[in-house]
Amino acid sequence: MIKRLSRCVREYKRASILTPLFVSLEVVMEVLIPYYMGKLLDLGVTVGDMSYILKSGGILVVFCVLSLTFGVLSGKNAATASAGFARNLRHDMFYNVQSYSFSNIDRFSVASLVTRLTTDVTNLQNAYQMIIRIAVRSPMMLVFSLVMAFRVNHRLSLIFLCVLPLLALGLALIVRNAHPIFERVFKTYDVLNRVVSENLHGIRVVKAFVREKHETEKFNTVSEKIYKDFVSAEKLLALNAPLMQFSSYATMLLISWFGAHLIYASGNIPDQGMTTGDLVILISYSMQILSTLMMLSMIFVMLTLSKASAQRIYEVLDETSDLHNPAQPVTQVEDGSIVFDHVSFSYAGDKDKLCLKDASFRIESGQTVGILGATGAGKSTLVQLIPRLYDATEGTVTVGGVDVRDYDLDTLRSKVAMVLQKNVLFSGTIKENLRWGNEDATDEELEEACRLAQADEFIRTFPDGYDTHIEQGGANVSGGQKQRLCIARSILQKPKILILDDSTSAVDTKTDALIRRAFRQSIPDTTKIIIAQRVSSVEHADQIIVLEDGRIDAIGTHETLLASNKIYKEVYDSQTKGGAH
Amino acid sequence: MAQAQPRPMPRGQNFRGVPKQKVKKGTVKRLLREITHGNLLRLSLVVLCIGVTAAASVSASLFLKSLINDYILPLVQRQTGDFRPLFGALCKMAAIYLAGVLAVYVQNRTMAVVAQGVLKKIRNEMFAHMQTLPIRYFDRRTHGDVMSHYTNDADTLRQMISQTVPQTISSFVTVVAVFISMVATSWHLTIFVILFIAFMFFVTGKVAGQSGKYFVKQQKAIGDVNGYIEEMMNGQKVVKVFCREERVKADFDQKNEELYENTKQANRFANNLGPINNNLGHLQYVLVAILGGVLATRGIGGLNLGAVASFMQLSRSFVMPINQFSQQLNAVVMAMAGAERIFDLMDEQPEQDDGYVTLVNAEKKDGVLTETDRHTGMWAWKHPHGDGTVTYTELKGEVRMFDVDFAYIEGKTVLHNISLYAEPGQKVAFVGATGAGKTTITNLINRFYDIADGKIRYDGININKIRKSDLRRSLGIVLQDVNLFTGTVKENIRYGNLDATDEQIIDAAKKANAHGFISRLPEGYDTMLTSNGANLSQGQRQLISIARAAVADPPVMILDEATSSIDTRTEALVQKGMDALMKGRTVFVIAHRLSTVQNADVIMVLDHGRIIERGTHEMLIAEGGTYAKLYQGAFELE
Repeated sequence: MIKRLSRCVREYKRASILTPLFVSLEVVMEVLIPYYMGKLLDLGVTVGDMSYILKSGGILVVFCVLSLTFGVLSGKNAATASAGFARNLRHDMFYNVQSYSFSNIDRFSVASLVTRLTTDVTNLQNAYQMIIRIAVRSPMMLVFSLVMAFRVNHRLSLIFLCVLPLLALGLALIVRNAHPIFERVFKTYDVLNRVVSENLHGIRVVKAFVREKHETEKFNTVSEKIYKDFVSAEKLLALNAPLMQFSSYATMLLISWFGAHLIYASGNIPDQGMTTGDLVILISYSMQILSTLMMLSMIFVMLTLSKASAQRIYEVLDETSDLHNPAQPVTQVEDGSIVFDHVSFSYAGDKDKLCLKDASFRIESGQTVGILGATGAGKSTLVQLIPRLYDATEGTVTVGGVDVRDYDLDTLRSKVAMVLQKNVLFSGTIKENLRWGNEDATDEELEEACRLAQADEFIRTFPDGYDTHIEQGGANVSGGQKQRLCIARSILQKPKILILDDSTSAVDTKTDALIRRAFRQSIPDTTKIIIAQRVSSVEHADQIIVLEDGRIDAIGTHETLLASNKIYKEVYDSQTKGGAH
Repeated sequence: MAQAQPRPMPRGQNFRGVPKQKVKKGTVKRLLREITHGNLLRLSLVVLCIGVTAAASVSASLFLKSLINDYILPLVQRQTGDFRPLFGALCKMAAIYLAGVLAVYVQNRTMAVVAQGVLKKIRNEMFAHMQTLPIRYFDRRTHGDVMSHYTNDADTLRQMISQTVPQTISSFVTVVAVFISMVATSWHLTIFVILFIAFMFFVTGKVAGQSGKYFVKQQKAIGDVNGYIEEMMNGQKVVKVFCREERVKADFDQKNEELYENTKQANRFANNLGPINNNLGHLQYVLVAILGGVLATRGIGGLNLGAVASFMQLSRSFVMPINQFSQQLNAVVMAMAGAERIFDLMDEQPEQDDGYVTLVNAEKKDGVLTETDRHTGMWAWKHPHGDGTVTYTELKGEVRMFDVDFAYIEGKTVLHNISLYAEPGQKVAFVGATGAGKTTITNLINRFYDIADGKIRYDGININKIRKSDLRRSLGIVLQDVNLFTGTVKENIRYGNLDATDEQIIDAAKKANAHGFISRLPEGYDTMLTSNGANLSQGQRQLISIARAAVADPPVMILDEATSSIDTRTEALVQKGMDALMKGRTVFVIAHRLSTVQNADVIMVLDHGRIIERGTHEMLIAEGGTYAKLYQGAFELE
């Protein structure tokens, strides 16, 4: 997982390497600075040596400038590297999703994909910046400070070696115990969010059934759980600071005690050993050394929290499309004939759970074919095999005399137009949306397609006509209008096969009939496949396929089916008796 | 696209450099009241602890000087080898430190309890209050907006209460203590330090301002990229069908690049803040040393070298808390803005309810309606009058509307002059295009909204006089968009009547035609439903919502038919369930399919908020008006 994710660093490798480098240099400066500060105090100010003050002050200023420079450089590189890393993550994920087949898309929910591409990426971006900056800084600081401390006085520095492991152990214990509680808290937070979200969605239900109290109690229970868990986790974390202070105070006292003995022995003469200046330096290092440990423990917590995000991102990157272009693809679709030869299909690839069982039939180029059946009968499944949105589990699907698996995917899909059942318009003008079907379409062609789909008339009633802005998801047009725009968009592809997957359900019967008539007159050579709930939408088709539980129950014309097929007759009766449709 | 997905702020994100926002005056006061209420004792303890901690840390920085000057140097000079005074002093310090350590622990622990407690209180109050708000409130806001009060706003508050508040107090205590010591040591140098800190603020402000500018741009770019991602993920299948992958990738790259640039710049400036502050602090130290040295050697201000040395130590411990505080400032502003939004929610006017007529169990004794505690299956409206008398009216389910006008937004009337009568047990159907006002009428009956003009009477009582909760309990409702809650099937049905026994639930399910499919579920009535029943088909969810209404067993039902296409057979099943539910009740049906309204006692055809035709199916067909045209399929219903 780490390996795949780190591949997203790419062109930011330089910045990613420079950052820790500059951080290290900055750390060196920051470690040297207290050393010279101590000297300045000890040899300059205390004895009133003005020239020494100026000299070491000058050195310090240089160090400050260097430290600042390194700091700024490391900050800049860290920002570049982490922002670039996030950019590449998003890029790779987005590109990979574009290569997904329908069955890949089915495996992720839209909401989860969005979260993975947004929130999770931000989490990783922060984690990455932390790794190349602070995660380098803290251990470096620790090592350099220790080295310097040993240089000042190696005997006293042994105190650090005693206190450090103890502190590390203590911090590790706290983190280990607190971490699972935090994970639990975050899970409970999800529950809380769910309760609020369900309440908001169902507020009318809540009010209609007068369940406000019930909801509040439900919320309070979760809220109480969060409170309890959070408090117990924070009580553990509350040990962090005192433990830290205890260690540093203890170190200070120990250094003072043993340091005093050493100074006594040396007579506070630099050449003879330990001086009071050394003592000051050591004590300021003690703070630095111990606080780096604290930082490390915090980094550890943050990193483990972002592990889940990394996992979720990895899943998106790791998913590979299961549909591939053949090596020598056919780039020409001869005609709109379709043959299904003993085709079976299962979404899970599991032969025991087939959604389509042993389907065989033949459609001639230019025919109109209706498909009828209950929800879950396999209507959409069947037609989605034609533009090779999925691969058949068994059997072969042939378009224009060639196995769909031998076509170039783009060629096949541009010649087999599909108006999806759950269709989507994108934010932009009507024109822009229509041009999805054909980018080079002229305005005349757009209007022609819209006339065919019976959309031209209502588009003209909009103040901005074809330049009317469509909101995301097509929120500002009615269901029937949206369906007609989607049909027009597909007609613009000038396909050899046009598939309408329940695409006129919100269109009134009269308009529906007009669309079908236009199809017959204007695009007679295009094979038309129409999935519908209404018998009236398919009754004039050349053939009607009746599906039941994934099996072809019957194929025939309206007349033959009405006479011989029970399901067809049942549906027909229920609808004519109902009258409206 | 109404995306109700909550977008919690990534945890641990810093808010530095976020542009300043104006905060209402009362907010701080109110927040303080929320925090202090019921926590005074704990907070006093915290303040005490902070005092001890600060004292310990100040004495730690002062101790070094006295350690050297008063103990070590005399030792060295006298060469007596008597370490006892030093030992004593160290022990004394150890005691002070220990007190400090304990104080920190107590402070952190207490603060955790206070912060979480306050948060829980605010959260619960917020939710409880939200339940009392009128439907109008929810109409005006996206779910995402409301959710963010519970996630983002609450989270910034938590950070502020548990971290910023104690840190600010301790910074303040330290700064004051150190400042006094500094002035006592040398006011000359103190002035210099103050000037220098002003300079530091200036520089920091500049950098933070730059960073803030890019953070705003970044925020916009994030919105852009996220919006695009959302739209494309939603339409991914369409992208594939039209082979638009390359175009989409190119568009995405452009937006992604923009986000990258802004993020880079924003973080760059934010990253610079640390090194700049640190090194300015160091620079100040050097400058104090030089200035102090000059002053001391020239004898200005009565400074001696020892004083300069200790002043240098002091100035270091002066800058640190100030830096810390300035870094917290943005967190405070953010939290205040969050608190303000939360308080805004809590200040929203709850649903008005002046009703005093209540629904009670009743029984007939010698032909007279009397109240009883038992569940009799018979209900009555209890109507107290001004003169102290109480009358009882049997709950029958008769609804009458007289000249009702209604507007969601003032001035934009959506219902005009609606009058209708529904006798107990009658079925009234509403037919009309989207936006004609069908749903609005039913929303007035259960008082989701209050009418602007006219009158609605329920069993002869003005519905404004009926207590809302009782009014709604007497009305059942099946909405077109089914909302199920996470929980078992049984729990979801029981939502209609919390006291229902398992038998009653199964009866209701049978009545609603739902029993068959529920029994076939892996765990029957105990099957868990998640994400609004994602594991069920549209038709099945509809059936459960019908069972839910059935178990409530109200005398009046409002049925809003599902618009989404379910296949003919499932529809027949749902229809049967609905029919069963309608028996013996007054029913208002909002019809999206004409097949369901033909047996209605009266059909109302609505157009632009007016009833344009009314009558039975046969009458309306004979009239040859809009209904007849709709029936012949010449108009779109939706």
